[in-house]
Amino acid sequence: MSVKGYQRKLDLENGRVDLSHGSGGRAMAQLISGLFHQAFGNEWLARCNDQSAFEVAAGRMVMTTDGYVVSPLFFPGGNIGSLAVHGTINDVAMSGARPLYLSASFIIEEGFPFSDLKVIADSMGSAARSAGVHIITGDTKVVERGKADGLFISTTGIGIVADELDLSADKARVGDRVLVSGSLGDHGVTIMSKRQNLAFQTEVGSDSAALHNLVAVMVAAGGSGIRVMRDPTRGGLAATLNEIAHQSELGFRLHEASIPVKPAVAATCELLGLDPIHVANEGKLVAIVAPDLADAVLAAMKAHPLGSDAADIGEAVADNRKFVQMATGFGGRRIVDWLWGEQLPRIC
Amino acid sequence: MKFADEFRNKAIAQGIARAIGGEVSSQRAYRFMEFCGGHTHAISRYGLEDLLPANVRMIHGPGCPVCVLPASRIDMAIRLVDRPEVTLCVYGDLMRAPGSQGQSLLRAKALGADIRMVYSTLDAIRLAEQAPSREVVFFAIGFETTTPPTAVMIRIAEKKRLKGLSVFCNHVLTPSAMHSILENPKIRDTGGVPIDGFIGPAHVSTIIGTQPYEPLAEQFGKPIVIAGFEPLDVLQAILMLVRQVNEDRNEVENQYSRVVTREGNRRAKDEVSQIFELRAQFEWRGLGLVPNSGLKLKPAYAQFDAETRFAIHDLRVADNPACECCAILRGAKRPVDCKLFGTVCTPETPIGSCMVSSEGACAAYWTYGRVRDEPLRRTS
Repeated sequence: MSVKGYQRKLDLENGRVDLSHGSGGRAMAQLISGLFHQAFGNEWLARCNDQSAFEVAAGRMVMTTDGYVVSPLFFPGGNIGSLAVHGTINDVAMSGARPLYLSASFIIEEGFPFSDLKVIADSMGSAARSAGVHIITGDTKVVERGKADGLFISTTGIGIVADELDLSADKARVGDRVLVSGSLGDHGVTIMSKRQNLAFQTEVGSDSAALHNLVAVMVAAGGSGIRVMRDPTRGGLAATLNEIAHQSELGFRLHEASIPVKPAVAATCELLGLDPIHVANEGKLVAIVAPDLADAVLAAMKAHPLGSDAADIGEAVADNRKFVQMATGFGGRRIVDWLWGEQLPRIC
Repeated sequence: MKFADEFRNKAIAQGIARAIGGEVSSQRAYRFMEFCGGHTHAISRYGLEDLLPANVRMIHGPGCPVCVLPASRIDMAIRLVDRPEVTLCVYGDLMRAPGSQGQSLLRAKALGADIRMVYSTLDAIRLAEQAPSREVVFFAIGFETTTPPTAVMIRIAEKKRLKGLSVFCNHVLTPSAMHSILENPKIRDTGGVPIDGFIGPAHVSTIIGTQPYEPLAEQFGKPIVIAGFEPLDVLQAILMLVRQVNEDRNEVENQYSRVVTREGNRRAKDEVSQIFELRAQFEWRGLGLVPNSGLKLKPAYAQFDAETRFAIHDLRVADNPACECCAILRGAKRPVDCKLFGTVCTPETPIGSCMVSSEGACAAYWTYGRVRDEPLRRTS
């Protein structure tokens, strides 16, 4: 956007967002063109409209939206920006769809440093570019100091799914296998380790990643034999499987020993009294797959860098009580319930 | 995980389970109460009951400090934090503990009360240092294990002259609760306590040692085995209890000898006795008023006692009459015997004490154990 007349350059090093950057005036235009367009740069944004038009290929459209309020904003393995791109891409991808476009809406607290905003916008841009997805429209609001904790981001995603795919949480069948794409709990443990009142050292980083390419190889291997996919974010694996059990009206039986958990995550959970299967992930998926195709899908997952630790962790069973059960590593069995209470607020 | 996996070894577990199976007499039942929530959690979390013979039954005891905290103490805390100058520091699992009339600290926080979730007494000290104009009150709760850290906090507050820091003291004593369970007239009059032995506390015993349990074992003729919180500890303790029952012994034995001694931690005990003194009685949810079962600050430390400082008086709140916690905590009933269990009383909206923390008998059963009792309907 061209801005006429003299305007002081955005001080991306030491400057801070003030209320004028959300007021609809020249300052806002400068923030959008000087920071967000730079970071996201694409042909749609370059046209500077309040919306973007795009061509739609054959197939059904998929749409999702998500708000990101993670605290802290920066963490090992990513920041709120990359998370806002990966998370929404993943929600689109869990339908088997190819994600295409994102919108991004920013609610920024007055006083927020431009330098931080730039790092966040740049990592959104690079997360989107490496995923082959475009951020084509957005919005910026600035609120008074104390009315938002630094920065909140909302992203909406649109994708296209092939006609023959109809993944849904009510489609699991008795005998289906339960696959996970890798180690559980990495993101949640990383965020906890960075909370001010919980500071501890860990070598774990967030697993935040866009999963649509992994999904593509799984769909190629399993097609409509993939009944359900979910990314187990808040509430972890336990919440995801309980949701699917309820929607599909069956139970699951898991084998604790086959569930991948990194030693550092297991140790942290031990210390904090948490269960890794309740802890959030941002770069993992759970797939419920027809038994005859499960091995092929698992092999495809293991051949992909984001699925190298994938595992078959259990099966769907007939159960009118809709229990998720687990054979414990100790030789007993137990229920895997939803997480109740607040494990830790604002994990994503 | 080094030093944890060794105590969760499946092959060793199966060996101990076989030994238990070989030694129990089929002619009798073995009913053991694990006093501590930590044991309840281990039993449920690892599915330990699946490894036990059918005639060995575990009864989940009252050893979860959040669970036994009565509604009145939550109401008192809410009154405290209603004062605009007060910042209340609490452990996270207290947030949902039910007060009277649906009140909880979580709800009070949503209504604007300044309540902070903390992970240790050090967090409360830091808050008091950062906000010298605030009245920072630490909601002290727990058995003998968590009392020494509260004592240390008061020492530090004294040394640093933190005038704004005080303690809402809810520390309780394990042996008095065990005594109360064994002595309760309601149970005695209906034919004796259906408990054949106790698995005694792990962490509590690191502080108080095994000696305080000796009079209980002798007076009531019940074997007590102090055990660690790992699943192999619990299994081994059950085997030791089975042997005592079979040999008609009523001794205090120490399975957790890698940490616990007969005398306990003298320094911690000294520190506690310098700062705290016995309350004549303290209310336990499910057990009622138990004599000599709670601690308060000594008069010399009155300035750190939130109850004195803010003139918060004792309240009495009746438990929900349909709630069976009282019988469940004593082993007279099981969670499924309660009409409220799983209907209006769930971990999200606990009515009774046993449903509050994951270590409570009902919550552990709801979260991990239901699968054994709820029938699976066969559909064609």
